[in-house]
Amino acid sequence: MSRPGNRPGRDDAPDRLYTLTQGRTRTGPDNPFDLVTLVVAESEPVTGMQSEHVAILKLTRSPTSVVEIAAELRLPVGITKVLLADLLAAGRVSARHPHRPAITDPDILEQVLVGLRNL
Amino acid sequence: MDSATSEARTPLGASADQGFKIVVVGGFGVGKTTLVRSVSEIRPLNTEETMTQAGATVDDIRQVRGKSATTVAFDFGRISLDARKVLYLFGAPGQERFWFLWDRLFSGTLGAVVLVDTRRIDDSWYAIDRLEHHGTPFVVACNDFGGPVRAGAEVREALDLDPQVPLIDCDARSRESGKQVLITLVQHVKNRYADPSARAGLPRQEFV
Ligand SMILES: Nc1nc2c(ncn2[C@@H]2O[C@H](COP(=O)(O)OP(=O)(O)O)[C@@H](O)[C@H]2O)c(=O)[nH]1
Ligand SMILES: [Mg+2]
Repeated sequence: MSRPGNRPGRDDAPDRLYTLTQGRTRTGPDNPFDLVTLVVAESEPVTGMQSEHVAILKLTRSPTSVVEIAAELRLPVGITKVLLADLLAAGRVSARHPHRPAITDPDILEQVLVGLRNL
Repeated sequence: MDSATSEARTPLGASADQGFKIVVVGGFGVGKTTLVRSVSEIRPLNTEETMTQAGATVDDIRQVRGKSATTVAFDFGRISLDARKVLYLFGAPGQERFWFLWDRLFSGTLGAVVLVDTRRIDDSWYAIDRLEHHGTPFVVACNDFGGPVRAGAEVREALDLDPQVPLIDCDARSRESGKQVLITLVQHVKNRYADPSARAGLPRQEFV
């Protein structure tokens, strides 16, 4: 994929993000990650791996949410999801997605209430 | 990466597998970050999402170079509810541009807390209108800034609040008070959706 015109002297932050994801920031229906999907590393980083991928694999040695990964890496959420999709496709992480109908499940809501009352 | 932030992390237990969201919305300075900090087990973190001004997904990062893209920042905290359940609490601005991101970021939320400063109650109308539009269950919490106490009925009328929406006072600096706000919200959600006939008004549960 070709890089867009790189005008020297301009703020390079967007270029950094562009390079990270090879220009992809689309997080459409094909991207399964929610803000609170818990991500778990399935392998250790290997040499030659993109540094952001290395950082994600280290962070997710214990379950870590997408939003925490984005905050720790100081990357926008959309870019983080693209990086995570790559790792998921390569089998390097697994994803624990949120329950979809949580608000209509009285048992789940009761468990949430118990957890809050115990705070 | 910034190792300083990583060293301060408090990792979740290995069995954590169910994430939940609650969103705290309100105007600038109303106490969102304070509330998140009061109940969170981690120091609040912040992150951002980029979108075009039209609200569409930024399909190509090159657009970020242009003026068409803007960024919305939000902060969040975390509460481990039990060995498997983790609740994330998001503090998000109430301004107009933020709502373009609602479906993208906060669909599937358990509900929302509208934090209100009774000295500038008008700031909250827009957030309440948007939450009603999205069908998101919410409670209204009046943060105590030491001003004259306004009667609940007066606040309710000023906000044109549906009688079913809980209205409570809180002190965002207090963990116990913040906890009560969250319990009130989840109890409200449970009551509202326990009745199968109430499900017609369900929010869209699309995940992004
Ligand atoms: N007196 C009082 N001050 C508060 C309360 N909650 C927040 N504050 C203060 O109000 C200011 C703005 O709060 P902050 O949480 O940053 O607001 P945000 O912009 O909504 O995130 C801070 O200086 C807080 O210390 C409260 O319940 N009572
Ligand atoms: Mg704040």
